Amino acid sequence: MKQENRHNTGGGAGNGTQNGSHAREAILEAVRRARLPAVPLPAIAGVRDACTGDPVSRFMVSAKVAAAAVQIVETGSVETAVRERFPEGASIATTSAAWSFDRMDARTDAHTMAQLDVLVCPGELGVAENGAVWLGESGMGPRAAPFLTQHLVLVLDRSAIVSDMHAAYDRLDVAREGYGVFVAGPSKTADIEQTLVIGAHGPRSLTVLLTQAARFKSVTI
Amino acid sequence: MHDAAQNAVPVDHSDRAARFIAKGEQTTWHDSVLWRIREKRDAVSGSVEGWERLRDLASQIKEHTLSKLDEYLIEFEESATANGVQVHWAVDAEAHNRIVYDLLKVRGVRRVVKSKSMLTEECGLNPYLEARGFDVVDTDLGERIVQLRGEPPSHLVAPAIHIRREEISVLFHEKLGTPAGSSDPQFLAGAMRQDLRARFLAADAAITGVNFAVAATGGLVVVTNEGNADLGVHLAPVHIACMGIEKLIPKPEHLGVFLRLLARSATGQPLSIYTSHFHRPAPGRELHIVLVDNGRTRHLSREDFRASLKCIRCGACLNTCPVYRRSGGHSYGATPSGPIGAILAPGRDMEKYAALPFASSLCGSCSDVCPVKIDIHAQLYRWRQVAVREGHISGKKRLGMQMVGWITRRPARYRLAGRLARSLLRYAPRRLLYGRWNAWGRARELPERPARSFGEWYAAEREKE
Repeated sequence: MKQENRHNTGGGAGNGTQNGSHAREAILEAVRRARLPAVPLPAIAGVRDACTGDPVSRFMVSAKVAAAAVQIVETGSVETAVRERFPEGASIATTSAAWSFDRMDARTDAHTMAQLDVLVCPGELGVAENGAVWLGESGMGPRAAPFLTQHLVLVLDRSAIVSDMHAAYDRLDVAREGYGVFVAGPSKTADIEQTLVIGAHGPRSLTVLLTQAARFKSVTI
Repeated sequence: MHDAAQNAVPVDHSDRAARFIAKGEQTTWHDSVLWRIREKRDAVSGSVEGWERLRDLASQIKEHTLSKLDEYLIEFEESATANGVQVHWAVDAEAHNRIVYDLLKVRGVRRVVKSKSMLTEECGLNPYLEARGFDVVDTDLGERIVQLRGEPPSHLVAPAIHIRREEISVLFHEKLGTPAGSSDPQFLAGAMRQDLRARFLAADAAITGVNFAVAATGGLVVVTNEGNADLGVHLAPVHIACMGIEKLIPKPEHLGVFLRLLARSATGQPLSIYTSHFHRPAPGRELHIVLVDNGRTRHLSREDFRASLKCIRCGACLNTCPVYRRSGGHSYGATPSGPIGAILAPGRDMEKYAALPFASSLCGSCSDVCPVKIDIHAQLYRWRQVAVREGHISGKKRLGMQMVGWITRRPARYRLAGRLARSLLRYAPRRLLYGRWNAWGRARELPERPARSFGEWYAAEREKE
């Protein structure tokens, strides 16, 4: 910032010659000099999603709008549902001991995974208003895995769906793990003439399998 | 083009806009496609109960954070450091670029992948690193397209919105070896996917921007639709996140408010595809955060303008702006462009960007759609006053304004001028009225001149009674 503007009212952290702790002090000092009037931090009220409908069906609608596929399956038939969705011979891996696919964990070198067809991960939480699923680091193997795989399958218990993002952050401890991500569809771009392209850099498809105990079997869609 | 280049030549918005408009059909397309995004934004925001309350909350949370920014910066630094993140401070663009350069240099980095960051654009980081021998690759598809063309992004969210698919086809044919004439977006994006995947896997370091930083937990949130930020960060040994100090929010619960607003305002999506939360580096990896001032604390001290620091870079004000849609992002000569750019850039360099606050009809649509309720159009108007006061407008405009000021100050003068104008307009030859001096008349016709003024008509009607 070579140019000091003449209407400068006296603030600013000086010129760029300082470094390290000098820069830190200069910035903090400049903030204090600005002397902003106190503004209270508002409580998050009056914005919670009041929708009383079934969060599971809302989630399914939202996820489909985001171009994800959603299927309700019995807890015990995740493997079958996954195999039915992808052609025979597709390489399928999982980060969970619950399913009988090739296992991977955080120590797997992600650089060897570029050829992986399908990754099946346990989702922790779903959000009805936007179809997003929270995936914590412990459920994804190496962090790059859910982005490198050609197709991503997230398995989510249908009881783990909350109505909106406020409820999601109430429920989540985002700092518990080093990394976590809301996934709300397959990788996409509209950067060429605003034409939607699915499978930009990451997965070409996202499937969310909503699991339920067998006794819910009658609730099919 | 970049701020850091600091070329003092003032940006002539109308001249640049004229060049964009010369492309005719493309301008019409640009206008309509951006308006479609605005319509999508309207549809999804309208379906959220309490949308206006959400905007109020977001605005108040940002104002609160800015009012105690020093405390939140310290809290953030402490939490992040405790998480094993290394925090750096940069007073300006040069210091920021230097910090990033030193980090890369010491680690022997050659190949850098970047995801979208308006801050590094503002600081001119790419040219800085390229001049020092680094291979820097932007990985957002739109950013990569403009990088390959040697241009800055023209839109906050859609960096290549000014380019048609045929031009991208030619570009990819040259740079990626795609078959000549292939212009299907699916195919072109697929070609870039192949090219960039190899670069992600080979990268030595990844640089990202930051959408939100949470003071209480020391966490960073980065949002993309393509997944490019994550692919870069998770595969490279070093992640450097660059953020302006205004990106802070107090607690994780505040993310709920901003994330509900951000994608809906930006693209009409209820949420972007990937909302990544970084708190600790992966085992054996490094995570660095560069906190950048670059004029922000100075802006904080400007009571009339500090509200623009609430911006969350959604681009809604661009999509709705009748001037932006028809003049294109490059007409602003600044990043970001559009209404928000027109109130941020003069704060950084008035001499260079004095024309931008005039690139507006002051219709106020930008302020109406802003998810954090920045008074954008009011700030545009106030910047104009600063520009005039400080002598940044042309002599012609100044003379005109002084004349109008002189005439309107006295009712008698005003009435006389009206009478003169009405008769003059009737008899003066067109060549004179629409001469080179009349920039206004280049694309407009003067209205029919009335026989008498409203004042005269009113007086006559009163006579009759």
